[in-house]
Amino acid sequence: MSVVPLRVPAAETAQEPLRLKPAVRLTKVSKRFSNGTLAVEDFSFAFPQHGFISLLGPSGCGKSTILRMIAGLNRPSSGRIDWPNAVHDAAGQPERNLAFVFQEATLMPWATAIANVMLPLRLAGVSKDEARERSQVALAQVGIDDFANAYPRELSGGMKMRVSIARAIVERPRVLLMDEPFAALDEITRFKLNKDLLRLWQESNFTVVFVTHSVFESVFLSQHVLLMAARPGRVMARVPVDAPYPRDELFRTSAVYNERCRMVLELLGQASGHD
Amino acid sequence: MTDIHVPIQLPEFDLPEDKLAQDAEAPVERESSFASRALPKILAPLIVGILFVGGWEAAVRAYKIPYYVLPGPFTIVETLISDWGVLWASLLVTLTVTFQALFLAAFFGASLAILFSQSKLIEMSFFPYAVILQVTPIVAIAPLIIIWADDVRIALLICAWIVAFFPILSNTTLGLHSADHNLKNLFQLYRATRWQTLRFLKLPAAMPYFLAGLKISGGLSLIGAVVAEFVAGTGGRGSGLAYRILEAGFQLKIPRLFAALLLISLTGVVIFLIMSLISHLLLRTWHESAIRTEN
Repeated sequence: MSVVPLRVPAAETAQEPLRLKPAVRLTKVSKRFSNGTLAVEDFSFAFPQHGFISLLGPSGCGKSTILRMIAGLNRPSSGRIDWPNAVHDAAGQPERNLAFVFQEATLMPWATAIANVMLPLRLAGVSKDEARERSQVALAQVGIDDFANAYPRELSGGMKMRVSIARAIVERPRVLLMDEPFAALDEITRFKLNKDLLRLWQESNFTVVFVTHSVFESVFLSQHVLLMAARPGRVMARVPVDAPYPRDELFRTSAVYNERCRMVLELLGQASGHD
Repeated sequence: MTDIHVPIQLPEFDLPEDKLAQDAEAPVERESSFASRALPKILAPLIVGILFVGGWEAAVRAYKIPYYVLPGPFTIVETLISDWGVLWASLLVTLTVTFQALFLAAFFGASLAILFSQSKLIEMSFFPYAVILQVTPIVAIAPLIIIWADDVRIALLICAWIVAFFPILSNTTLGLHSADHNLKNLFQLYRATRWQTLRFLKLPAAMPYFLAGLKISGGLSLIGAVVAEFVAGTGGRGSGLAYRILEAGFQLKIPRLFAALLLISLTGVVIFLIMSLISHLLLRTWHESAIRTEN
């Protein structure tokens, strides 16, 4: 393996880029599926509070699996995931307070946009009126409050994704997990949503863990890009993108952006060459 | 380089023309589409029906076929009017059994499906017996049920219910399992309770399947009611249309037989239309089956 491994020990990253305790910390997390595939090997990273971290890699590198493990949808085979900042309930379980955005909008087709956004609140036992009010605000935040009463089939792909994001932020999560959310959208819509996502993120204080296979998207959005390699899924390098926010179209054509993209592409090329 | 520029500009020039052409054609297309789509849907089967009934009447008259072999449509309608009192009473009996059976089938079918969706073990234990109940011909079990049940009405109801119940059970079971996988994950993520998952996710997802089952069962419960009555063969005041057909056959009142037959068919059609309407009303806002697309 010719890549200079920028493998980062958990303890070090936990301190280095951040002043505060991390929002979620993974320590030597591995996942082996029941068919024997080692999907993730020894993944350690501390996701900073109000950080924007991308997991970038080819399919099969375990980036979605990591997201699902953070979400609690899959259990790690070994290693630890803790929430240093979370309030723990009576049973000692952390209040994870997270939201998930899937690659598809994953809306309930029988419910209007606002009813879809209300779902997390309704499940948490919030009254209908309050849920409606808060959902209206969330829809306004993603810029589609005019379509509150539209059904998903009446919305375009980008609008559906906006509803999906509104549903994710309506409960004010600490951690927002996004699994290739814009992969199915056209580039123009994608750029718009990238910008709007950054604005949302700056306005609030959640941590974003963003899974993507687009180099350009990951560099544009995040503070750190974790480059992953496949078979077994592991972190190969961490590329910081130390450009200030807000980032806009100007940043997309800047020297820093280009230089980071090239660096990430090179590292990816070396990794796939190895494979 | 210029070669690249030309094709890029071309669409810009073409676009207004295209739009004009489209606008000019649009109304014409709409008119022709109304004439060529909506009307044939009603007209075509109507013409076939008129030709068939007319041919039937003509054949009966031309060959002087006696009414006890094949009555003409006129005679049938005449009988329908003259025997209306008897036939109407019988129709009500058949309708009562049919709708009671359908209601019970919908209720028990859906309830059992929900129970199945809550526990794989219960589903595995009972589903095969539901299948056995379904595949055994109702004609073969009907005599037993008629012996066991004190009241003939109850026996008829049970028979019709057995026939109607399975499509609802199997369709709803399928529907409850068909909820989107990511949505299931989402509910899990938000720590939804079993009840919440059922109410907000599984039941709505199962609705189109349940309604499709209901459409099939509507027709089947009528068939079940008629078949069971044939087997029971009980006469008297409270007898349904099936018994009227048997009776008319014995007495060679063939026009009345046809009139009763006509009523059964019409009832079946009306039930189907009612179920289709219910299904449309419940699904029109969101389900693909109820949405009219432009293309």
